[in-house]
This record gives sequence, structure tokens and C-alpha cells, in this order.
Amino acid sequence: MLNASPAESAEAIVSLDGVGKTFDNGTRALAGVDLRIGRGEFLSLLGPSGCGKSTILRLIAGLDEPTEGTITWHDRATGRAAQRERNVGFVFQEPTLMPWATVFDNAWLPLRLKGMTRSSAEAQIMTALESVGLADFRNAYPRELSGGMKMRVSIARALATDPSILLMDEPFAALDEITRFRLNDDLLRLWADKGWTVVFVTHSVFESVYLSARIAVMTNRPGRIAADIVVDEPFPRTEAFRTSPKNGEIARITSEALHRAMGE
Amino acid sequence: MSLAARRESDEAAATAPSLSERRRRTDKMLRIGLPLVVLAAFVALWDAIVVINAIPTYILPRPWLVLATIVNDWAILGPSLFNTLAITLLALALATVGGVLLAIALTQSRVVEYSFFPIAVVLQVTPIVAIFPLINIYVENDLAKILLCAWIVAFFPILSNTTLGLNSADHNLRDLYRLYGASRWQTLRYLRLPAAMPYFLGGLRIAGGLALIGAVVAEFVAGASGFGTGLASRIIESGYRLNIPRLFAALLLISASGIVIYVLLSLLSNRILGKWHESATRR
Ligand SMILES: Nc1ncnc2c1ncn2[C@@H]1O[C@H](COP(=O)(O)OP(=O)(O)OP(=O)(O)O)[C@@H](O)[C@H]1O
Ligand SMILES: [Mg+2]
Repeated sequence: MLNASPAESAEAIVSLDGVGKTFDNGTRALAGVDLRIGRGEFLSLLGPSGCGKSTILRLIAGLDEPTEGTITWHDRATGRAAQRERNVGFVFQEPTLMPWATVFDNAWLPLRLKGMTRSSAEAQIMTALESVGLADFRNAYPRELSGGMKMRVSIARALATDPSILLMDEPFAALDEITRFRLNDDLLRLWADKGWTVVFVTHSVFESVYLSARIAVMTNRPGRIAADIVVDEPFPRTEAFRTSPKNGEIARITSEALHRAMGE
Repeated sequence: MSLAARRESDEAAATAPSLSERRRRTDKMLRIGLPLVVLAAFVALWDAIVVINAIPTYILPRPWLVLATIVNDWAILGPSLFNTLAITLLALALATVGGVLLAIALTQSRVVEYSFFPIAVVLQVTPIVAIFPLINIYVENDLAKILLCAWIVAFFPILSNTTLGLNSADHNLRDLYRLYGASRWQTLRYLRLPAAMPYFLGGLRIAGGLALIGAVVAEFVAGASGFGTGLASRIIESGYRLNIPRLFAALLLISASGIVIYVLLSLLSNRILGKWHESATRR
């Protein structure tokens, strides 16, 4: 179960080879990150605060350039067209909403940028808002929402684009446990239905075990992948798995790997 | 906050509306009432000083005489007021168009912005009224010279505020736009212009007052040489003729114009930002 060179069989969608990132101010956030993300995989990045998880997501999304190593997309597209074709969805660690736009208009943004009108995008957006339980708030402004509600709008915005790869940066950290569990299940259902690839950043060992097919555990800064844990529990996963001994066992292994990684 | 404490404060909040509502109404009455009381006291004091010291009308008129002059001399003051307002508003409109367009042009490229923005700042901190005598010499047409002066002082606050605003869009939001392949035009239209709105409106409010000042000062400068038709010319003219009540009447009209412009622009600003910006929302 541990370090079983996972997703070897699955075709990779993107791979990182020896990726390092040193910021202009000299902060070395990542060093020697090797990571292969399988098509259709649900991968969690687990690591201590400040170890470079958000940085990895930004590099994968192409919002930043690595200072060492390479990121290879296993598709034919290149240049600007590639960005559109890959259809990357991103949920930032902060809600990142436009304060002047309503909930609906915020969720509409990616589709609007692709040239979809309000009416042609409406069905898609309302489905996404319903899945995060905010359909009733479509005309509210961000300042009228709580922190967790803002985050859910941000999630709906990413879901509405039907991304082929979805990058999520601690999306549920601000939510209560019940809402989080519900969104966990909704996310898994969508993932299974739509065949997305998901890279999910989290601080929570339990959340990563419940959600992922694979967990990449990171070391302290400069971050790299210290352990690669396959969670070989079949999907769909249910409430029963949350409380099963097997879950506890994998969580224990993951937690130990995290402690070891942080000790390094 | 402990759970019990929170429940208590929730209960307090449930019974609060009438209380806080009443407090808000009192607050509003005080806000409007107090300045009016102070104003009334000031006018009464003015009147008392004139009466007690038997000050002649050609030095300091009684307040009611100023008001009466506005009515009696309306045939002269009315058209002047109209001219001053027309120049002010035209200058403000042109400054808005010019300032916003130039700000957009400046922020489209870093090279352009780095080249020209510092110059714009230098021009803004220069007391631009100092070049009015030059404009007075270079520009022949009386209307054009006054308009140009009013425009030039209104232009810079709009330019610099809008430029600042266009650059103030949140970095994560910019990344989001980039990620979803937004074109330059889309980023401007949906992100940068709305983000600039509060800054622009702040600049507009400043520019409204400055345009009026510009129109008045320009007329003072031009008045010495050409012929003026606005309220400022009436002031100079009344000064020469020692028609002090009319001078005060013109002064009152200018100050009223300034207040009206400021209030209208504030209302516009609140109306546009109403729902979303911190400056316009109330808790
Ligand atoms: N733009 C930047 N300039 C300089 N340093 C940065 C920048 N962005 C991130 N860093 C640094 O890089 C390191 C990794 O940051 P990152 O945001 O990726 O951490 P993280 O793993 O997401 O942490 P958290 O779990 O707290 O969100 C941090 O030490 C941070 O200080
Ligand atoms: Mg982070």
C-alpha cells in the first residue's frame, strides 16, 4: 500500500520533473519535486503550512514558472491555445471573488470569458450553485456572505467550467464539518461522473484519506514529495468508510509519513 | 466568545432593531440639525454685528439684503450663474473623458506608464493655476481660455486616481482572468474598470470642486484683460462699483454651486458603489 509507484499504469496528464521554485526575494519554496499526475486521478497534496503546496498548484496552472526542472503536459497543445484547451479549473486558497459582482455573475466569469452569454450559461451555473447550496443567494453580493459561503461560490465558479483538471487549494478549510463532509461527497460524485483529474491541497490527514486515490506527502520548505501513499479503497466511498478501521489504518500511516516528512 | 455569551448577544440583537433604529434616527437628526443651528447662529451674529455697529451697506450688508439682492438682481446674476455652471460642467465632462481615456492608455503598457505617469504627477502637484496668465496670453477666445483653465485643474485628479484604480485590481483575480484566458479587453472591461471605480469616483468628487475653482480663478485672470460673463466677473465688477450686496450675492451663488456639485457627485458615487464598496455601505 505504501510507495507502490502509483498510477504507473494510468496515462499521465501532467508530470513535474525536478521542479524547484526560488522566489525573487530568495525564498526557496520548492526543490526537486517529482510528481506524475494520472489522467482522471484524485491526488491530494498534504504537507505543513508554508511547504509550497499553493506554489505547486500555481506552477501546474501556469500562473508561475518553475526556476528549475520542467513541467510536461502530455497533450499536443502548445502556447496560448493550450491554456484554453486544457481547461484548468482553479480554486484559490482565498475566495477571490469580485466584490462588485453578484454570486451569479462571479460564477459566470469563466464562462463569460469564453464568450458564453448569461442565458446560455445559466443552467450550468445554477447547477454548480445548487451543488454548493447557494442557489438562493444568486443575487447576493460577496460582502453579504460569510467566509465559508464565499469559498463555496469560488468552488461553484470552478465547477461550472467542467474542467478537465481541477486544482483546489484547501477549498473546505473554512467550512464546518457537516458542510465539509457533504461537499466532500459531492466532489467525489462529480469527479466520478465527469472524469475530472483533481489535485487537492489539504492540511487534514482524514480529508485526504477519505477523498484521494493517492496522497503525496510533502516535506517542510523547501518542499518536495517525501512519500506517495496509495489509498486502495474503491470508489464510491461512503460514510461507512469514514469510520472504518481501514480508514483509521491508512490515516495512521499517512500521519506517520507526515511526521517523518516534517522531521526531515 | 463562549457559546452562552454568543446566545446572549444574539438575543440582544433580536430585541435591538427598535433601539438601534431610534439611535440611527437621532443621529441623522443631529447630523442635519446641528450644522443648521450653527449656521443660523452665525447669520444672526452677522446681522447683530452690522446693526449694533451701524456698519454701512457698502462695507457689510445685512444677511437678508444679500438674499434680496439675489432675487432683485437675478436678471444679471442668473445668466452669470448659468455661464459659470456651464463652463464648470463642460470642463468636468471633458476632464472625465480625457482623464479616464489617458489613464487606460497609460496602464496598457508598462513602458508607457513608466514614461508618462511621473510627469503627470509632477504636473498635478504643480499649482496649475500659476500658468493661467500664460494661457490668458496664448489663447485668444475668452470662452476657450476659461474652459481650458477649468479643464486643466480638473483633469489631473481624475487621471491619477483612475490610473491608481486601474492598477489596484486584486492579484489573485488577475491570475484568475489569466487562467481562464481573458483577452486584454475583457480584463479591462470586467476587472480593471470596476476595480478602478471607487478611485475614479473619489477623483471625480475632487475634480468637481476644482473645476469650479478653475472656472472662477480663470475668470479673475481673464477679467482684467477681456470681458467675463460668469459670476467671478460680477464679483470683480461689484467690487469696483462698491456694490457690496451684489458681491456677496454672487459669492453665495458660487458657494451654493460648489455644494450642489459636491452633493450630486456624492450621490452618484453612493448610487454606483452602493451594493459593494466599503465606502458606500453601512453596517
Ligand atoms: N510571491 C512570493 N514571493 C516570495 N515568497 C513566496 C511567494 N509566494 C510564496 N512564497 C513563499 O513560499 C513558501 C511556500 O508558500 P506556499 O503558499 O506555497 O505554501 P503552502 O504550502 O500553500 O502553505 P499554506 O498551507 O500555509 O497555504 C512560503 O514560505 C512563502 O513564504
Ligand atoms: Mg497555501
